Amino acid sequence: MNAPDQVIDARAVGSGSPVTAAPSATGKSLLTVSGLQMRFGGLLAVDGVEFDVREGEVFAIIGPNGAGKTTVFNCVGGFYQPTAGNVLLDGNRIDGLPSHLVARRGLVRTFQNIRLFKSLTAVENLMVAQHQEMKSGLLAGLFSTPAFRKSEHEALTRAAFWLERVGLRDLANREAGTLAYGHQRRLEIARCMITRPRLLMLDEPAAGLNPQEKVELQMLIDQLRREHGVSVLLIEHDMNLVMGISDRILVMEYGKPIATGVPEVVRNDPRVVKAYLGEE
Amino acid sequence: MASAYPQGFAAQLKYASIAAVLTAILVTPIFGLHLLRVGYRIELQADWTPVLLAALAVFVFQMLRPAMARQLKAVPWPAMPQIQPDQQRKATLALLVVALVWPFIGSRGAVDIATLALIYVVLGLGLNIVVGFAGLLDLGYVGFYAVGGYTYALLNSYFGLSFWVCLPIAGGMAALFGFLLGFPVLRLRGDYLAIVTLGFGEIIRLLLNNMTTITGGPDGVSGIPKPSVFGIEMARSASTEGGTTFHEMLGMDYDGMHMVIFLYLLALLLAGITLFVSNRLVRMPIGRAWEALRDDEIACRSLGLSPTKVKLSAFTLGAMFAGFAGSFFAARQGLVNPESFTFIESALILAIVVLGGMGSQLGVILAAILLTVLPELARGFAEYRMLIFGLVMVLMMIWRPQGLLPATRPHLELPR
Repeated sequence: MNAPDQVIDARAVGSGSPVTAAPSATGKSLLTVSGLQMRFGGLLAVDGVEFDVREGEVFAIIGPNGAGKTTVFNCVGGFYQPTAGNVLLDGNRIDGLPSHLVARRGLVRTFQNIRLFKSLTAVENLMVAQHQEMKSGLLAGLFSTPAFRKSEHEALTRAAFWLERVGLRDLANREAGTLAYGHQRRLEIARCMITRPRLLMLDEPAAGLNPQEKVELQMLIDQLRREHGVSVLLIEHDMNLVMGISDRILVMEYGKPIATGVPEVVRNDPRVVKAYLGEE
Repeated sequence: MASAYPQGFAAQLKYASIAAVLTAILVTPIFGLHLLRVGYRIELQADWTPVLLAALAVFVFQMLRPAMARQLKAVPWPAMPQIQPDQQRKATLALLVVALVWPFIGSRGAVDIATLALIYVVLGLGLNIVVGFAGLLDLGYVGFYAVGGYTYALLNSYFGLSFWVCLPIAGGMAALFGFLLGFPVLRLRGDYLAIVTLGFGEIIRLLLNNMTTITGGPDGVSGIPKPSVFGIEMARSASTEGGTTFHEMLGMDYDGMHMVIFLYLLALLLAGITLFVSNRLVRMPIGRAWEALRDDEIACRSLGLSPTKVKLSAFTLGAMFAGFAGSFFAARQGLVNPESFTFIESALILAIVVLGGMGSQLGVILAAILLTVLPELARGFAEYRMLIFGLVMVLMMIWRPQGLLPATRPHLELPR
């Protein structure tokens, strides 16, 4: 499974000409990760991780603390350059691309410790997220031409839509840093969704939420998938949420994958039970 | 504060005595020892009165402090009003009206100082883009100011280009330098960025100082002509045969004040344009991207924003305004030399931005006026200028670290 000899130097992959690879077996796989390895000096944080996320799927990565889940996220999102392995989006190599170019291809993430623009208002956070789509020039903006105003208005309308969607419409003009924790989590998801991502990557979205908020989060993720056709890659510790929403699950321990499959199978896998509950 | 303070009279006495001795040691070299010139020799003369007075004052203050602290607890620091955006707009308009009538009621000296204040308004607003909006600490901003000044000075002395031709070129040149500086500092943040920009400002000054054949070295470039009134010369007599001057055309008598007023109005126009542009910029996608980058660079990247482009645009646009201000400065002074572009100037501009409130345009304008007008009013204390300046800064940072008029958000409201 792990094939280090197939590794291509990440720097050889230019942003302009993606290297195409053989399509995956299912034919509708969105994200394919193979042989992923991330080494920090002497520490092998992630080794031999393989998985694929299909269109419209909710795929979860679980595992004990320090298992390397967030490192996988960082490798997929371009925040780290993996020391080995491939990350393919629609069959195109994206590992080695800087994170902002990965994001432009439709892989957008949230962060374990929320990263909102704290001094900007909720609606401004959503406006910044649309930066790539707003192509009005400097002069158009300076003189507030009709084209500029139209583009601003459209962006504002989309922002209003997404604020409504995550139930933050009334808090639109509040500074993001002053919002309640649960609201910040939802705003961060809205900020991702407004970029029209293909893959939404959520890093522990339920952390710090109360049971009621967790139920709401689960409903939200489900809606996003059904109504907006987004695939979801999820890291989460809350087993109720993971088991309730995921189509497939990858379990990691000490940087290595130990099981992959549908929730029922993973739940009963002896290695997973061992990893979570310890040996008898 | 109270808990850190020694309890009991004996402890208090000891504490106050130590403070008094320390004061005496600190004050002695400044006030206690005078250098006296006796013929060719310089003699050191001791004068212990101020030292004793200072030590006594500190001693009494330290002894009374617990009692005062108890009294002061009830008295809060005076609160500055939080100004709403619409009030800010009104205040800016009022300021503009005052600025427009100023040259016609003020004396020649007053108008001259106001012109200088306006140059600092332009510089402050320009640096505010880099430091206030984008959050990139730039200690070498004066470098771009120098580039602007020398662009006009050199283009004029070598090619005879006029102010109006050179103004946009100077802005462009400074912007280009901002862009070039942007590249090496892209990966740097905070302290590291500050050091590199500091070095850049010094490099520019040293280059101007040492490229003697081109820039005239420490002497600089002199005889830079004042701007014309859109092609019409403003002088006692036309420099070219058959030319018309400003006062001849309007049928007025020549008055040196005309030029002073004209320069003032030009500076006002420049400041107005800078205010308008920076005010628009924060309401544009690029301005929001700057503020987002200031808050969280990683989040910016995760949303597809290129930090490179965002930072470069802030550096470039900020530098451009310094370029405009520089070429105007050259035209006003008629002389540029490296002395005008020392680090202290960068520090002053940064102080304007911080004192005004980072990201707050009205605050920056007020601070620019304050920091140029106050030293002029306090000419008598010229020797202690930097001392007072430092003291004001320390007090400001304790009392109001967010600046005189902190930036008010939001720039953009979602209507209900």
